Amino acid sequence: MSEPDGINIADEVVRLISVADRQLRTTYSRLTPWQKTQVARHPDRPKAKDYIEKLITDFTPLAGDRAFADDAAVLGGMGRFRGRPVMVLGTEKGTDTESRVKHNFGMARPEGYRKARRLIELAGRFKLPILTFIDTAGAFPGIEAEARGQAEAIARSIEACLEAPVPVIATIIGEGGSGGAIALAAGDIVLMLEHAVYSVISPEGCASILWRDATQASVAAEALRLTAEDLLRLKLIDQIVPEPLGGAQRDKTATLYAVGLAIQEALSNLNGTDAATLRQRRREKFLAMGRETIG
Amino acid sequence: MNWLTEYVRPKIRTLFALSSVPDNLWRQCPSCQQMLFHRDLTANLKVCSHCGHHMRADSTERLDWTFDENTYTRIELPRPVADPLRFRDTKRYADRLKDAREKTHTEDAITVAHGTIGGQKAVVAVMEFNFIGGSMGAAVGDAIVAAARLAVLQHVPLIIFTASGGARMQEGAISLMQMPRTVIATRMVKDAGLPFIVVLTDPTTGGVTASFAMLGDIQIAEPGAMIGFAGARVIEQTVREKLPEGFQRAEYLLEHGIIDMVVKRTEMQATLARVIGLLMQQEPKAAA
Repeated sequence: MSEPDGINIADEVVRLISVADRQLRTTYSRLTPWQKTQVARHPDRPKAKDYIEKLITDFTPLAGDRAFADDAAVLGGMGRFRGRPVMVLGTEKGTDTESRVKHNFGMARPEGYRKARRLIELAGRFKLPILTFIDTAGAFPGIEAEARGQAEAIARSIEACLEAPVPVIATIIGEGGSGGAIALAAGDIVLMLEHAVYSVISPEGCASILWRDATQASVAAEALRLTAEDLLRLKLIDQIVPEPLGGAQRDKTATLYAVGLAIQEALSNLNGTDAATLRQRRREKFLAMGRETIG
Repeated sequence: MNWLTEYVRPKIRTLFALSSVPDNLWRQCPSCQQMLFHRDLTANLKVCSHCGHHMRADSTERLDWTFDENTYTRIELPRPVADPLRFRDTKRYADRLKDAREKTHTEDAITVAHGTIGGQKAVVAVMEFNFIGGSMGAAVGDAIVAAARLAVLQHVPLIIFTASGGARMQEGAISLMQMPRTVIATRMVKDAGLPFIVVLTDPTTGGVTASFAMLGDIQIAEPGAMIGFAGARVIEQTVREKLPEGFQRAEYLLEHGIIDMVVKRTEMQATLARVIGLLMQQEPKAAA
């Protein structure tokens, strides 16, 4: 493999790979909040569907809000996690044009949140722990969504999470967009992937309102403190799940494995806790998210 | 300074000074443009006597209109945390807070008081839209939790008058967490067997609508109030359709089954008294 000018290609490739690796490591160790937002929205990142396929066996999808429609933006159903029956909910963005349109880019309508509420209540009756996977830009802002009570549907979904007599483990896997995310994330344990973001408003939305200039999104992303590290420091989430080098999109298997492990640990920590205690602790946790944690 | 300010203005001033008319005697209705005499307007609870338009009101006016004989006791709220994220957009959040406090004479976007409505005790929280758009941050969350606790302690209904643009962006995800936090507050009131009544006033949107403001046992709105989750502009940009006439107005929500009733401001106190009477009658503890 030696070239006449003395360069050994094999050695050179090894050297370059290690340089690239090092570069990736340094780049990803100091991503700005705006860069993290881009990673969190990466089209190749594992989606809710991937988590369900990989972590849940016997998955039995359940559809509909019993009132208007089935919302494909919210996946829901029963299945087994490590052999144990659970209820699963996830906001699904889709992976190609067709599936993105089908899932409405992960933006749920009222029927999606009403389905979530129905399944959370069902899980409660049959003592199934609830696992949620959150990846959404937010609830769908549309005429029909408003006409059918988008705000009420979100409020009731939050309430259902808070009232559930069973463990609720929420994982922010990509974008945790505002009310549409918290609707499924008011859980006992909230996990967040290392490069996921979780925010009250998108950086673009915030920039266009407060700076009156959407191009200030990177500045807004910084100001909003939307990274997993920030949220953990503010005690608004419970645990960060580390991602493979270069982000979840580079190694789906490793990501799904790490999330599975974190969920398993979270569930075993809550094992045997009675309904009243669970609910009480969950309330106390969220009630403390005011001055007590910030001050 | 030029010849206009130095020379002409004093002359105009002297002309006007003759009648010594305060400039706030008349107010134009933003809806029908009619000029309204301030005393009539005050007597009519800031409702236009020509077209029935309900003008926005501040928290003091609301409390005056709601409790019997304008009598109530404000409760001291926990002092808000100044600026948890040291947020700065075109202006520092700390400065926005300071300006808002000076402008509204309230500590944050909400006031809580207790007193009687039609002789029945109640706790009332009123949001202040003039305070950073009535946005909900930790302080508003604190106040709603405090109001709920007080209602439970006194064993009386909780009434919240909403007026808010939504979550307070300057508090980032902390403001988002006020959604579950205030939902818990509503549960505390309901778990104690007490009524939670929401009065939606203009405007109520975003994270406030999508949390405690849609969870009332009874949902009341003022006529014409703008109430919704997403802002009209965002919806227009997303769906690229023209919004229907009256979209997201109180009457639209009534028609779509989202609220119980639209009540005129002049009938609000009587309605609240009636609703409380009916609901508390079924509550054995209240009879004692």
